[in-house]
Amino acid sequence: MDEVKTATVDTPAAPPAKPKRPKAKSMIMIGEQTKALFDSAIAAKEKGELVGWSGSIFPQEIAETLGIVVLYPENHSAGIAARHQADPFLQECEGPLGYSNDLCAYAKVNLAYATVLAGKSSVELPDGGKMVKPDFLLLTNNICNQLTKWYENLARQLHIPIFFIDTCYNPWDHVTESRVRYVRAQIDQLIADLSKFTGKKWDDERFKEVMKISQRNSYLWERANNLMDRKPAPLSGFELFNYMSCMVCNRGKESTTAILEQLNSEIEKHIADGTSTYPTKENYRVSWDGIACWPYLRHNLHTLKEYGINMVASSYGKAWAIEYEDLDGMARAYCFASTNGDNATTMISRRLEALKKFGCEGTIYHVNRSCKVMDCQMMEVQRQLSKLAGVPFTSFDGDQADYRNYSEAQFETRIQGLVEVMEQNKGGK
Amino acid sequence: MGDLKTNLQILKNACVNPRLQLEHYLAQGKKVIGCFPPYTPEELVHAAGMIPMGLWGGNKEPVLAKSYLPPFACPIMQADMELGLMGAYKGLSAVIIPTLCDTLRCMTQNWRFGMKNIPMIPIVYPQNRKSPASIDYLVDEYETIAVMMATITGQMITEKALGEAIDIYNEHNAVMNNFAMTANEHLDIITPTVRHSVMKSAFFFEKAEHTAIVKEIIKELQALPVHKFTGKKVVLTGIACEPDELLKVLEDNGFAVVGDDLAQESRQYRTDTPVKGGGAMKRLALQWNARHGCSLVHEDGKPRGSMLLKLCQATGALGVINCLMKFCDPEEYDQPYFEADLKNGGIATLTIEINQHSASLEQIGTRIESFAEMI
Repeated sequence: MDEVKTATVDTPAAPPAKPKRPKAKSMIMIGEQTKALFDSAIAAKEKGELVGWSGSIFPQEIAETLGIVVLYPENHSAGIAARHQADPFLQECEGPLGYSNDLCAYAKVNLAYATVLAGKSSVELPDGGKMVKPDFLLLTNNICNQLTKWYENLARQLHIPIFFIDTCYNPWDHVTESRVRYVRAQIDQLIADLSKFTGKKWDDERFKEVMKISQRNSYLWERANNLMDRKPAPLSGFELFNYMSCMVCNRGKESTTAILEQLNSEIEKHIADGTSTYPTKENYRVSWDGIACWPYLRHNLHTLKEYGINMVASSYGKAWAIEYEDLDGMARAYCFASTNGDNATTMISRRLEALKKFGCEGTIYHVNRSCKVMDCQMMEVQRQLSKLAGVPFTSFDGDQADYRNYSEAQFETRIQGLVEVMEQNKGGK
Repeated sequence: MGDLKTNLQILKNACVNPRLQLEHYLAQGKKVIGCFPPYTPEELVHAAGMIPMGLWGGNKEPVLAKSYLPPFACPIMQADMELGLMGAYKGLSAVIIPTLCDTLRCMTQNWRFGMKNIPMIPIVYPQNRKSPASIDYLVDEYETIAVMMATITGQMITEKALGEAIDIYNEHNAVMNNFAMTANEHLDIITPTVRHSVMKSAFFFEKAEHTAIVKEIIKELQALPVHKFTGKKVVLTGIACEPDELLKVLEDNGFAVVGDDLAQESRQYRTDTPVKGGGAMKRLALQWNARHGCSLVHEDGKPRGSMLLKLCQATGALGVINCLMKFCDPEEYDQPYFEADLKNGGIATLTIEINQHSASLEQIGTRIESFAEMI
């Protein structure tokens, strides 16, 4: 099917405003967990312990086993962007720091933030500096190659070491055994080096416990995502983005188990009661491809809601549902976790499975200006997937953190066009 | 064998019309493998009895490639995709694509589906080169390439053939580095444009042939009296400095290029494959681990600035021109640090944006003019 870019249907009238529903308990728990993580980093610093910054799909279980506090720049930059606080950081990065505006906006926000922490910039920190200055960096490149460059720069700027696991891109449909051996050797070395650097001791029994917790959390996360296959879906799909921090930052923690168990029970209750947090009638079910457009999440949601479009599947959140049983399995799983690190065949098959499982009638592609690895093969993926699944797609220009790369009018027009085709398809069925 | 002028012209012609070189080798019954930039393991192609030929884009506005790449993708990749789709690479038996940046990762897939008549062979280099396991991993990657090439040639690469290929490439490195030094004594002849075509042309020749031509050029230059250059000496850094019109602007403003750190030029010649350390495949992997100072190869400490400073000191360059390939994020991350290091070392810098298919030469010209006045 061709990409939908034009539209002739009229926008339906917005439904009357409803009273704000109370926050779900699981959402309150997420807020508490996030606060606890930042507080623990401050407390660790006060005790003279070392605190790290980490790539979002680094094996978090290693730091958890060693009892080291680790914070996540990508997650933090997304938060700053979602709260519309990115501008001074983007300006600082592209101005005094001399970086190109072409670069990833998560990186730009973070590099500027780090400059403030290093005492070399006077940009006001809207969160009071809760993302404390790191003493070391934990890097994996399964998310992208830019992360490697970003962390090289942080390491030089802050005079701190990088502990690196190179996961290698997968041009094949499987993770080669040579990759598993290479990654496993790096994990072993990293555990030894990080233990030495931080003065912490590796404990196999503790690792087994953390691994068990992490596996339980992956299962619960995937289960929550999978329950979106009910029609209508029990949640407004965008809400699942809010829970990602517990998988990105706290994957090996029991607090995440509690949150996800609560989330699952809330979803089950909705299913049993025939209710949903989706605020209007679910007319269309779509999948979302790419990172959330954090600066305009509200506008995205509002526009989709106007047509009763619920995002019931995303290509992105499930990257953190990482399953394995031992260190070799961990090596393989982290090589294959993110579809950013996988070839188009793997990418397409995962998306096709999701489109079918969740009964999606269309796909919305976020052409994320920050993320070349997501964008530069997306057109081919779109074509193949649309043909295989028989569902239309549309794309829009946006950014995960740079508010300057988005047009509300374009988003609205593209969604209008998608709705027209989805409606035609419904009529034809 | 020709005179200096003829030899330089042969190399220039190859850069201007690589297609002729491709046809020349095909007419000899040879198979040719397209090598995406940078650091394709050409030695393996050579050892397989085929000709490795560089695919470095060109002045080609993307039309067909727009169905594969967004407008903010690397101009070299846009041009390679465009040239592929329009049939300019017909005759290649395969292409090898190193996945050294995010766009190159995606190019493996775009090529695979968009160019089904020219098979794609990927190479994923290890980036954690401090890990001893990276060597075994890379050997395995090379062996996969060797097997894939055997499906084209019908024969596996022998240890002897790879050893000989390594020797040929090491000799070529030495000759190219010798040329770079000799050229600085003859900056009246080896202008920025001429220097560029000598350095780049290696991508379009069987390496021993190229070595022979460049050796002659060196010999002919050495027979001439040393030229006392009175203009401004600069070093170029980045991925590539093209098109020729841009280099002409440098010439017109009295600049000579006395050294470079371009991926298309000296970066590929500055690291030899060790002569000892194991079998040929392993030694080739050790070469990767010895590469340095490049935005596409992970290293601690951002050493590029200090490396460029040394190059300026060694060549007497007063400035460095950063030839920033448009939308090249690995280079963009390096820029603030090496510029600061150069500034601290008293070396002037200028950044110009490189876009092979829409160079705004007028604007760049004005900036180069101001830079000439400044240094």
